Amino acid sequence: MINRIFEKIFEENAGFKFEKWAPALLLSTAILIYIIVCIVTGQTQYLTLDNLLAVIGRSIALGITSIGQTFAILVASIDLSVASLISAVAVLASVVMNGNPTMIIPSIIAAIMLGALVGFVNGLTITKLKVNPLIATLSMSLIIQGVLSAFVSNFAGSVPNEFLFFAYGSILGLPLSSMFFFLLAIVAFLILRFTKFGSHIYAVGGNPDAARFAGIPTERVIIYSHIICSICATFAGLYLASRLRSGAPWIGADGVYDLESIAVVVIGGTILAGGRGGIWGTVTGMMIFSLVDSIFNVVGIDAFAKQVLRGVIIIAAVAFYAARSKRLAS
Amino acid sequence: MIQQLKLKSNSRMKKLPQLNLVYFVLAALIVAIILNNPNFAEPTGYMNFLKRAAPLAILAAGQLYVIVSGGFDLSVGSTITLVVVGSSMLSNNDPSTTWWVIPVMFGIGALIGLINGLVVCFLRVPSLIATLGMMITVNGFASMWSGGAPRGYLPDTFRFFGRTSFRDIPIIQMLPMALIILVVFGSILYWIMHKTNLGKMIHAIGDNPNAAKLAGVSINRVRISAFIISSISAVVTGILLGGFAGVSTDVGTGYELQAITAAVLGGAQLLGGRGSVTATIAGAITLMAIFTLLNFLGMPQPVRQVVQGLILIAAVALTMSRRGNTGH
Repeated sequence: MINRIFEKIFEENAGFKFEKWAPALLLSTAILIYIIVCIVTGQTQYLTLDNLLAVIGRSIALGITSIGQTFAILVASIDLSVASLISAVAVLASVVMNGNPTMIIPSIIAAIMLGALVGFVNGLTITKLKVNPLIATLSMSLIIQGVLSAFVSNFAGSVPNEFLFFAYGSILGLPLSSMFFFLLAIVAFLILRFTKFGSHIYAVGGNPDAARFAGIPTERVIIYSHIICSICATFAGLYLASRLRSGAPWIGADGVYDLESIAVVVIGGTILAGGRGGIWGTVTGMMIFSLVDSIFNVVGIDAFAKQVLRGVIIIAAVAFYAARSKRLAS
Repeated sequence: MIQQLKLKSNSRMKKLPQLNLVYFVLAALIVAIILNNPNFAEPTGYMNFLKRAAPLAILAAGQLYVIVSGGFDLSVGSTITLVVVGSSMLSNNDPSTTWWVIPVMFGIGALIGLINGLVVCFLRVPSLIATLGMMITVNGFASMWSGGAPRGYLPDTFRFFGRTSFRDIPIIQMLPMALIILVVFGSILYWIMHKTNLGKMIHAIGDNPNAAKLAGVSINRVRISAFIISSISAVVTGILLGGFAGVSTDVGTGYELQAITAAVLGGAQLLGGRGSVTATIAGAITLMAIFTLLNFLGMPQPVRQVVQGLILIAAVALTMSRRGNTGH
């Protein structure tokens, strides 16, 4: 018995685990292409560390959202309501602040409460009403967007200059928003890797029935994961409000944060069926996304061709290791 | 013991409401619409309504194939856009081109479906991501083809299918071409899904792909067929919509989700194994009826969205709780 367990452990650690390295491999390819493209087109000014940080900085909102989405996808769920929530949070925050620096803290609290509520309701609909997560969160998205556009139709409120620090400020030469992103990634990593809740997430995503029989409160784990996902989207919304200096009801939908965050998570090697993957994959996925965008910019491809290539790249990147996975695609 | 009894009584109860709930909902909605607007009971009222519902009904019936086989097809909205934009580019306002433009569109549609299917089957990309990528790609192609901002209308010979109604017909007074297409195409889809082996195999691979494989079903071929049927339905929808509205790059936007909503309203089971073409068409008409009712009640667009969301949750929650008793 013990022998067999050891054999299993040995088997898992021995050899090259393709799935684990696929995102890193993809990222290196993207970086390599980026460097080659920069050199070939003679635009070596793009090859500095500052520019690399700028490349990441462009996708901070997507990255933050994707970290949350990772939690939802790991429990075999999905969240399509993040884009609308981002719009709602950005509008709420900028309306509550309305240019008044003393209202920054209350508006952040209000935004986080809204996010937590949305995540909680998503989780409840999925676990208690047993609604398919895709439909549950899609409906939530429609509801948020509907309520939002009933109240505002344009940029609403304004953000005080102090709050712009979140998107534009830097500490010790490093942009605050990027630091926030990496800090969030580290916290998410620690939660997934070292807490009981983290292992519960993998258990529930891997096999909900087995997890339930093992005494894990599966429903609670799913609800918490959705709350985390929505709160991350809230941070993304606050970041965008700070970056755009005001909130508008279309910023979430414009960024296609719902579908793109899913694509980022999947490109990062997290499996849609749940239970396998992690935060570093997602961070890698987000970097791949922004690198691909930068490559397009450096080459100077027109906007529509860019869109076409983007779709192809999403499919190709997922196919890259999905083809190696033994699971049946669904 | 008690549980057994419960099961027994449940199975007896199950026998009674065999009819899909969606038909009752649809009937109730129609009554509500007529109460609000008696004109709706006139042939011109309901015929125009059915004409407007036909594209979504066809699209949803096609989407159902992919849903029953256990996947999603998010690329249909962009396919609609490509059909409308592409037809306008190819025909270039020349009415005599329609006879070859339409087959070309069906070819493009079949190709999109084939690629979707191949990517899902052989590259093992989950259908959600595969068709999402296809949606982005096809939308990009549509914009590229038209240079970004197409305008104007398609030639009248093309618009014939979506726009024309035959008048002076006894009893019903008018008969929209779109409705005829819905009936014909819907019957074909019904026949394939519920009367042929392909339909049974689609159900089988959606219910349990491993069991289907062991039973000798060629999973890949069936799955690819489902995607092709869905894309071809999107082409038909695109041709009808091209008759209704002008040419733009967002004709098809949002249709993929409405089609899924319609299928769900019709009781289709997401992730496969269950679904009926007639109930899905009824689901699409129900969705349109809801929109029409909200329109009559003077509700603004945002309310429509909220209501669509609430209905979607309610529909799925209700089917789940009914199904929960059977243990499926």
